[in-house]
Amino acid sequence: MANVLEVERLSVRLGGADVLPELTFAVPEGSALAVIGPNGAGKTVLFRALIGALPHRGTVRWAPGTRLGYVPQKLDLERDLPVTGADFLRARAEVAGAGEGPERVLELVNLPRRVADRPIGTFSGGQFQRLLLASALLGRPTVLLFDEPTAGVDEPGEERLYEMIHRLQEAERLTLLLISHELSVVYRHATRVLCLSGGRPFLGPPEEILTPERIAEVYGEPLKYHHH
Amino acid sequence: MAWPALALSIGMAVAAGLVGCFAVMKRMSLASDAMSHVALPGIGLALAFHLHPVLGGLAALLVGTLLVWGLERQTRIATETVIGVTFSVALAVGSMLATGEELVDALLGAPGSLGPWELALGLAGAAVVAAFVLAQRSRLVLALVSVDIARTSGIRVARLELLYLLAFALTVALGLRYLGVLLMGSLVIIPAATAKHLARNLDGMLATSAAVAVASTVAGELLAARLHRPTGPVIIAIAAGLFFASLLARREA
Repeated sequence: MANVLEVERLSVRLGGADVLPELTFAVPEGSALAVIGPNGAGKTVLFRALIGALPHRGTVRWAPGTRLGYVPQKLDLERDLPVTGADFLRARAEVAGAGEGPERVLELVNLPRRVADRPIGTFSGGQFQRLLLASALLGRPTVLLFDEPTAGVDEPGEERLYEMIHRLQEAERLTLLLISHELSVVYRHATRVLCLSGGRPFLGPPEEILTPERIAEVYGEPLKYHHH
Repeated sequence: MAWPALALSIGMAVAAGLVGCFAVMKRMSLASDAMSHVALPGIGLALAFHLHPVLGGLAALLVGTLLVWGLERQTRIATETVIGVTFSVALAVGSMLATGEELVDALLGAPGSLGPWELALGLAGAAVVAAFVLAQRSRLVLALVSVDIARTSGIRVARLELLYLLAFALTVALGLRYLGVLLMGSLVIIPAATAKHLARNLDGMLATSAAVAVASTVAGELLAARLHRPTGPVIIAIAAGLFFASLLARREA
């Protein structure tokens, strides 16, 4: 199986501090890599370095012909921006050279057209996440980068969103890179897990990485142990 | 009013209305208003060396644009401060270079007589700005919603930002004749802010903003000539009136 992404000795310095250690890993085509770790471990920094948004050392190599679909963490948008969901999708389709209207992707993410025609500031958290996912799917990306897809989404919505991502991954033969706090979801959907924490990063299949001992080590002692 | 002057002011207003939409949506209203002040020392120098004042203003604006662009790529908070300080200094230095009536004209605008070259270059400049905003609006919207989405879609964000700021600077230079250094920034911002209240989608905002800018400019010029007042303040007073009217005309949720 060919690699879609090869990363060698990647490190990022921000404000004079090392935010990411030297990371070396590869992502095979069609796989799902979940990036986990406590807040401040550098998960989003890693993603932004991978898409070339942050200066970094080491190498990031995407396979030739890779098309990225990026779904960022929650965005800080004004509520009264006169930009509709349809405006946003049209812009993304034009820039990505998608050559298709929004109908297919809206159906894939199950977002009604009448919602898409409203200004994006009026979308609920779940609707906005689905809009971002729809925009990422325009132009048929080969790789989907997903930064905390369920932030700001309630629990049933969260479940549906992950099911949708999983379905899309199989239907469109996507490679998935996913930042998530939902360890049960990671366990079910990821083929491999990259665990970032202050110290040494761990990489392996979920059943090796997501052991109770390691989770306690990375996220701190589970809460129940603090009760005496 | 003679038709060449009318044509040029309409072209300038369309450019201002279109460019302003993204300035307002990017929340750079104050920075862009201050940026237009940087034209003054250029006008002062041009007058001292007997050059066309708009050429001096344009040159100073281009320098100011590169400065803002360079600073934008550094940290955010420092940018606002440096823009505030630099452009206030520009206003002070410019006021020392130009004096008397010249200064009042440069600050507030004075249509004066219009040569065929000025008309041709002015119309060409307005067409370039309008074409840029309309052709690049998809890229500008993506970068507005998320720089990272723009980048992963293949947009060179820093370059787009520079081109946008250059279009902005060119628009301000076009309006110096009509509105002057102090008020041209307002013709970029106020119609766009008005359109933001009224429009429900992007194309609606672009069209409304251009229409408000054109209406304010044409009405302002006619009224200023009748009242024997500088054109700039009258144009901005009308634009501001439309803005407040738009606050009352609440769009349905």
